[in-house]
Amino acid sequence: MSFLEFIRQPWPWYVAGPLIGLTVPVLLLIGNKSFGISSSLRHICAACLPAKLPFFSYNWKKESWNLLFVTGILLGGFIATHFLDNPNPIQLAPATKMALQALGIQDFSGFMPNELFALSTMATGKGFIFLVLGGLLVGFGTRWAGGCTSGHAIMGLSNLQWPSLVATISFMVGGFAMTHVFFPFIFKLIYP
Amino acid sequence: MKPSPQTSVRHKPTTHSTATVCDAPNVARASESGVSLLKYLIVGTTFGIVFVKAEVISWFRIQEMFRLDSFHMYGVIGSAVLVGMLSVQLIKRFNVKTLQGETVQIAPKTFHRGQIFGGLIFGLGWALTGACPGPLFAQIGSGFLSVAVTLISAVAGTWLYGYFRERLPH
Repeated sequence: MSFLEFIRQPWPWYVAGPLIGLTVPVLLLIGNKSFGISSSLRHICAACLPAKLPFFSYNWKKESWNLLFVTGILLGGFIATHFLDNPNPIQLAPATKMALQALGIQDFSGFMPNELFALSTMATGKGFIFLVLGGLLVGFGTRWAGGCTSGHAIMGLSNLQWPSLVATISFMVGGFAMTHVFFPFIFKLIYP
Repeated sequence: MKPSPQTSVRHKPTTHSTATVCDAPNVARASESGVSLLKYLIVGTTFGIVFVKAEVISWFRIQEMFRLDSFHMYGVIGSAVLVGMLSVQLIKRFNVKTLQGETVQIAPKTFHRGQIFGGLIFGLGWALTGACPGPLFAQIGSGFLSVAVTLISAVAGTWLYGYFRERLPH
């Protein structure tokens, strides 16, 4: 097996997790930066539409490292997908596949279900729920919580901050509620 | 970090301490610009590649996590926290300095009720979109262009929070 074939396989958690964790000391040591991604959304607001709101009135240019960091994530997504892609379909747990099939999802070929995330869904009710509503909840919720999975679950817990543990548990409870309580209603709505 | 004189002239100081500072403010004293900022682009790119190769940007993997059908996501997040925790403790114990020779500073997180209310709201969105903010960027880079709508909505959600902030419990 060549090196390229080797890294094209999906990376197991014990390789990816530590690499993600290493981002914490790398950012701290290359420039005293605390790992956090949802802040970038705030900097975009501060840069584009501060509207004289105190929450967006700060020197966002001082935080431009964060905008470069997320631009890098986008670029990394492109590189990994176009040059290091795994030719095989994603190996999904059979129980999850069955549960999603029962909800009405049929296409399991990519990273995202095409029925919900193809460009053609953008102007439909499905697009409104999964893209627009989902995005609003992510943006509003992370800012109210003061961070997301990276700022709270990884950076905050790494620094032994108990408020970050509260936030992380709340993230998980919200996700469980959406999956187990709201999904059955939402999917009945979109696949009557 | 002190608010710049310009902002304090234009706006009345608010009671909440983060009003003129962001959540994880840049505490580096050395100013960085141009080429020295490129290192963050490189770290981000590496990070994005890991996201895609570990399939954590997959909506399906997030579903597996919330359905407790796979250990994968728990392993990724758990081992990331473990490595992060170990590194932060080592940096503190041995007072490891930054490349610029500064002492590493990490702002503490203060508890407020937003971590619960906001956390729950984000969790709902996490399961819908199959992405936290980081993977949103990686999904777009991977070619899921419709996710640009999610990203714009997330920016709008952040803006709405800024607008209603004073009226929300913290």
